[in-house]
Amino acid sequence: MSEQAASPVSDRDVILQIRNLHTYFFTDLGISRALNGVSLDVPAGKVMGVVGESGCGKSVTALSILRLVPKPGRIVRGEIALRRVYSQDDASEMITEVKLTDLNPQGREIRSIRGGEIAMIFQEPMTSLNPSYTVGDQIAETILLHQKVDKAGAEERAVKILDQVGMPNPSTVVKRYPHELSGGMRQRAMVAMALSCTPSILIADEPTTALDVTTEAQILDLMRELQAQLGMTILYITHNLGVVAQMCDTVAVMYLGRVVELATVDALFYDPRHPYTRALLHSIPHVGSRTKARLEPIRGVVPDPYTTVAGCPFHPRCDMIKPGLCDVRVPASGAVDDQHQVRCFLYSDQEEAAREG
Amino acid sequence: MKANLSQNELLLDVRDLKKYFPVRQGMWRRSSGAVRAVDGIDLFVRKGETLGLVGESGCGKTTTGRTIMRLLDPTAGEIRFNDPNLGWVNLEKMSRKELLKVRPNMQIIFQDPFSSLDPRMTVERIVAEPLVINRVAHGQELRDRVADLLRVVGMRPEYMSRYPHAFSGGQRQRLGIARALALNPRLIVCDEAVSALDVSIQAQVLNLLEDLQVQFNLTYMFIAHDLSVVEHIADRVAVMYVGKLVELAETDELYYHPKHPYAEALMAALPKPDPRRRDRPIRLPGEVASAANPPSGCYFHPRCRYAQEQCAKETPQLEEISAGHWVSCHLARNLQLRGVLG
Repeated sequence: MSEQAASPVSDRDVILQIRNLHTYFFTDLGISRALNGVSLDVPAGKVMGVVGESGCGKSVTALSILRLVPKPGRIVRGEIALRRVYSQDDASEMITEVKLTDLNPQGREIRSIRGGEIAMIFQEPMTSLNPSYTVGDQIAETILLHQKVDKAGAEERAVKILDQVGMPNPSTVVKRYPHELSGGMRQRAMVAMALSCTPSILIADEPTTALDVTTEAQILDLMRELQAQLGMTILYITHNLGVVAQMCDTVAVMYLGRVVELATVDALFYDPRHPYTRALLHSIPHVGSRTKARLEPIRGVVPDPYTTVAGCPFHPRCDMIKPGLCDVRVPASGAVDDQHQVRCFLYSDQEEAAREG
Repeated sequence: MKANLSQNELLLDVRDLKKYFPVRQGMWRRSSGAVRAVDGIDLFVRKGETLGLVGESGCGKTTTGRTIMRLLDPTAGEIRFNDPNLGWVNLEKMSRKELLKVRPNMQIIFQDPFSSLDPRMTVERIVAEPLVINRVAHGQELRDRVADLLRVVGMRPEYMSRYPHAFSGGQRQRLGIARALALNPRLIVCDEAVSALDVSIQAQVLNLLEDLQVQFNLTYMFIAHDLSVVEHIADRVAVMYVGKLVELAETDELYYHPKHPYAEALMAALPKPDPRRRDRPIRLPGEVASAANPPSGCYFHPRCRYAQEQCAKETPQLEEISAGHWVSCHLARNLQLRGVLG
C-alpha cells in the first residue's frame, strides 16, 4: 500500500521534480548546508547532466532523491516528486505523483522504488559490489527483490542482461566474483545490475571516473545506446565537462548547493551565461583546439561548507560582481531564453524569496 | 633512440630501461615469474622542455618515473643525467651516498597531496626538510628561504607554522611544489601532479607550473593519464602500453597525426568538451595485456584492428619514421590513422 496518496498531475514531460530542496549535515563542526535550495525538473527520456566541483552537492542530490542521505545529514526542507505515467484502457494516460520526500526512508515504498523504478550506479565498482557473492547472485538478488520470478528465472535474466551490456561470455561471468573481473567489466556488471529491473530513471554518479579513457569511452557508448533503446531517463553526475558534452541533452551546473545554470548541452558549451559556468569552461584545457592559450583559473577557492556566504554564493570569486547587490542579495533562478535558466543578477533583478533558515 | 642533438642540449638520456618485479608464490615465496612493469624504454629529455608520459593504469608510467629518479632500482638499462655540477653521470651505477650529490637536481611531485605531506610536520618543516638534509641553510636564513619558496608558489609565509590539514588540496599541492623547488632542481618529475584536483584548482596549479618553468628554467617529466592536460602542458609526448613505449612525438604531431593504433584509440576515446563533436570510440576488444604474461610479438596485437600475421610473431622496435617521431609498429608507415580531431 502506498504510504502517500498518489495525486494526478498534468505535466508528463517531467519525470522527477525537485523543489527548493535543502539537505543539511548536522556535524560537530557546525551545520554543513550541502543542498541549499535545489530546484530541478528532470525531463523524461533524456540524459540530464549534473556538473560541478567537489562539495557542490551533486552527489547529495542523488542520495536525497533515493532517500539515502547518511546521518548526520537530513532533508530539512523541500520536495522531490516522482511522476508515473500509466496507459489506461481507453488509451488515455493517467499521471500520478509520489512525493519521495514524504516517504519513510526505511519504508516499504521507497525500498520498492530504489533499484526498481530508480536505479543508481556508483563511482567505484569495487566498493559497491559485494566481494563475497558472485556477480550473477548479486544481479539475481535485485531481480528477485523487485520482480515476480523464481530463482532460476532470475539467474537466466541475469545472464541475458549481462549479454545486453556487452559482457563477453555472460554465462561464465555470472559465476565469477567481483575481484576476478577488470575495472571495466565490473562497471559493466554494475550497469547490468542497475538495468536489471528496467528502471525508468537511472542515476549515474561519476560512473566512469575511476576508469581508463578507452574503457570510459566504451561505458559511455554503452549507456547512450541503452538509453536510446530503453528510453529511460538518466541523471548523469560528473565533474568532467568532456563527459557532459558527450553524454547529456541538458545540463544543470551546481555551485555550493544550488543549481546556478540549467541549459541544453549545446547552449551550455556555446553560449554559457552564468559567470561560474563561463569560468569553468575557461579553466579546462580544450583538447584539439590547436591553441596553447593560457588557462584561466577561477580565483580563490570554494568556501568551506560550514560558513554561509551572504548574497550570491559565487560572488567572492566572480569577475562580474555588482557590489552592493551580489554580496547582499541572493539571485533567483529565472529563464533567460528558452534554452537557459540562470541564477544571476546580470540577467534579472529577481531576488530569491527570503526564507527563514 | 638517438637524439639529433648535442649532448649539451639534453638533460636526461634513458636507454633500454627495465624494471621487473618478481612474482612470488607458494609457501617459500619462490620467484615464479616477473611483472615487466618497464620493459625496455628509450627516451631522452631536452633541457627546459616538458615531456609528457601517458598511458592507462598499469602501463608502467609511474614506475618509469620512479626508476629514473632511482626511487626504485632498475633491473637493467642506462639512466644518464646531465648534472650541472658533475656533468653526465650514470644514475643506475651510483650508490645511495653518491646519489645524494645528484638528488638536489632532480625532484618529484606526487599525485596525492593528502598522503605525500607528513600530517605531524608544520609547513615550515616540510618545505625546509630538503634544505636541512642538504645543509644548505639554517637558522634565520632557512626561515627566509622557506618564506621565499612559499611566496613563489603563491602562499602566504604567515602559514609557516600551520599543519597540512589546514589546507585545501590545491594549497597542499602548492606545498609539494615548494618542497620540490627548495634545492633549485633542474628536473622535476610530476607524477599525476594535478589529477586529484578540481578543474578550477587544476588550472591554477598548471599555470603555476608553467610560470615556474620559465622563471627557474625547469625541465618537467609530466606523467599523467589525462590526455587533455598533457596536450596543454607538454612539448613532446610519449605513449606507453604494457611497459613499452609505443609512440613518442611532438605534442601536436602525436595528437593530430598519431601513427600507432593504440595512440589513435586513446585520441578517439578522449571525451571532448564539445557537444557538436560526438565521435564514436574505437572499440578495443579484450583487456589490457598482463605485464606478467604479455602476448607474443607486438603487445598490442590482440586488440589492434589493423593487426596482421607478422604482428603476432615479431616484436616491433621503436623507429624514427619522420624527424622526431618515433613509433613502435610494423605497419606505422602504411596506416592512415585518425587524430584527436577525428
